[in-house]
Amino acid sequence: MTRFLDRSLILHLAVIAALFAAQYLLPSYHHTNIARIMVLAVFAMGYNIAFGYTGLLSLGHALFFAAGLYATGLGVEQWGLPTGIALIGGLAAGGAVAVATGLLALRTGGVSFMIVTLMFAQAGYLTILYFGAVTRGDEGFVISTAARSLGGLVLSDSTTRYFMALALFAVAMLAKLALVRSPTGRVLVALRENEERSRMLGFDPFRYKLLALGISGLYAGAAGAAYAVLFGYVGATFASIQYSILPLLYVLLGGAGTVLGPFLGALVMFYLIDISSGYTTAHLAVVGLALLILVLFAPKGILGALRERGLKWLP
Amino acid sequence: MEFGPFLLLALMEGMVMSAVLALTAVGLSLVFGVMRVVNVAHGEFFMLGAVAAWFVTQAVPGHPALGFAAALLLAPLFVGAVAALADGLILKRLNYDPEATIVATIGLSYIFQQAALSFYGPDARPVLAPFDLRLQLPWFGYSGYKIAVVIAAALILIGIWLFMTRSRAGLVMRATQADRDTARAFGINVDRVFATVFALGAAMAAMGAVLIVPIQQAHYLMGHDPLLLSFIVVIIGGLGSLRGTLVAALLIGLSDGVISVFFSPTLAKILATLFVALVLVFRPQGLFGGQR
Repeated sequence: MTRFLDRSLILHLAVIAALFAAQYLLPSYHHTNIARIMVLAVFAMGYNIAFGYTGLLSLGHALFFAAGLYATGLGVEQWGLPTGIALIGGLAAGGAVAVATGLLALRTGGVSFMIVTLMFAQAGYLTILYFGAVTRGDEGFVISTAARSLGGLVLSDSTTRYFMALALFAVAMLAKLALVRSPTGRVLVALRENEERSRMLGFDPFRYKLLALGISGLYAGAAGAAYAVLFGYVGATFASIQYSILPLLYVLLGGAGTVLGPFLGALVMFYLIDISSGYTTAHLAVVGLALLILVLFAPKGILGALRERGLKWLP
Repeated sequence: MEFGPFLLLALMEGMVMSAVLALTAVGLSLVFGVMRVVNVAHGEFFMLGAVAAWFVTQAVPGHPALGFAAALLLAPLFVGAVAALADGLILKRLNYDPEATIVATIGLSYIFQQAALSFYGPDARPVLAPFDLRLQLPWFGYSGYKIAVVIAAALILIGIWLFMTRSRAGLVMRATQADRDTARAFGINVDRVFATVFALGAAMAAMGAVLIVPIQQAHYLMGHDPLLLSFIVVIIGGLGSLRGTLVAALLIGLSDGVISVFFSPTLAKILATLFVALVLVFRPQGLFGGQR
């Protein structure tokens, strides 16, 4: 055990404090944006546990996000569950779907793993469309304001929403920091670096990968569940391949295998599109070019590059 | 309509789909086989082929057949050139690393979609069929053009097969597929082979698109389904095996036709995607691939 308050913990607490202060310092236009970025960052942090730390490049994380989104959305809208229970249901749904996917997909590796996850996610997306009578398909459904309250907190209110998103973000980030600094987290990194050697040291790769994917699914499910009640809309777009690519993009941009990378990536990408939309409507090209530039010139992302240039302690 | 004729109609629709799918998927399979690159932008090459066909047919006056013939020639050439450029500018610099190329081709696909949206627009637009012929069967009438599509696709595939097995360029490609390093040691310019294969694969997707565009309109998001189905076909057929790809295209096209007509197109795609995921998990060499 190193010092209780070491510099990486201070850095992460400082980021949370800065986001808390941002609510009072930034003009209100940015509040909704940053609340959304924080929820998407939770999704991307989960993606990073699988991709950045364990080396599992999934192209199907939209499935886990959508599992959380729909479990919570349908829970409060159609099955009349209390919001708190529906949120926990969304979290659990994300984890359960991820574990179920992992039990099959983790029997493969490399390119096959990407395609299997892509196919499962696509099957999930099409299933949502197929049961359009319940899910309302592409059009989606809006969650009534009455259902968007939790223990007296009105989640549709802009300020409450911001603080709820921040609370989720803070818990998710500190849990992730604890995970990657724990012995389990080191095993995950070892698996990414050299699976055979980890096996030789007595770690069962399948179990650890399944664990990583399951935790990753819990994060995605939590983000989906929070998205449903905070922003009040549930639709099939969130299950499409685009939402599997987004966390990959955020993680690559911010830095794979860094705790803060996904948030930084989400923040930069969101405002890149927001600012560029003032000049051009070509959003797709901005995303495409960002992916190309990253993979060609900066495969380690922003924080990955910083870590190489001196900040070695960055978790 | 009674069950028999209904099934016949479903199978005929399935054949048209199989034909176009076979062209598109053989292109994808060729690229994967020789280069070991999973090209996520393949569906966008299909879309670019359809959009290019629309531009060409608009530019050529006179009988629709003239414009269509020009499109069948020019659209694949254009798409092949774009692909060769992408290979030289991007994929080559990544040293064809599997994960990096997937991310890069995802990026490319967004850029192609945006290009089509910006220069072609959000509307779906039809291309006139080169001829208008209706085949009257005892139970229903059927478009003669759709039958021509099946024949044309078969001819193109035979051409590709002859090219791969009988020509020197095909031999060089197969040598590169079998062993890249030995091929290079024998003086084969592997970079040029890769650029050619990538262009050829993309051009095949474009040919499939030109054939289908009189039936299904050109739209900037139309590349999604062909990409997914080509993936399915290539995996079921065994990655990199051309013969397996053909058989799988027939299997998937026909079953898709039958399930779509009798149940729903969405259900057909759900079953196909789940099927392919399970094939990859339990029989990674594909249903028709041999043990490696």
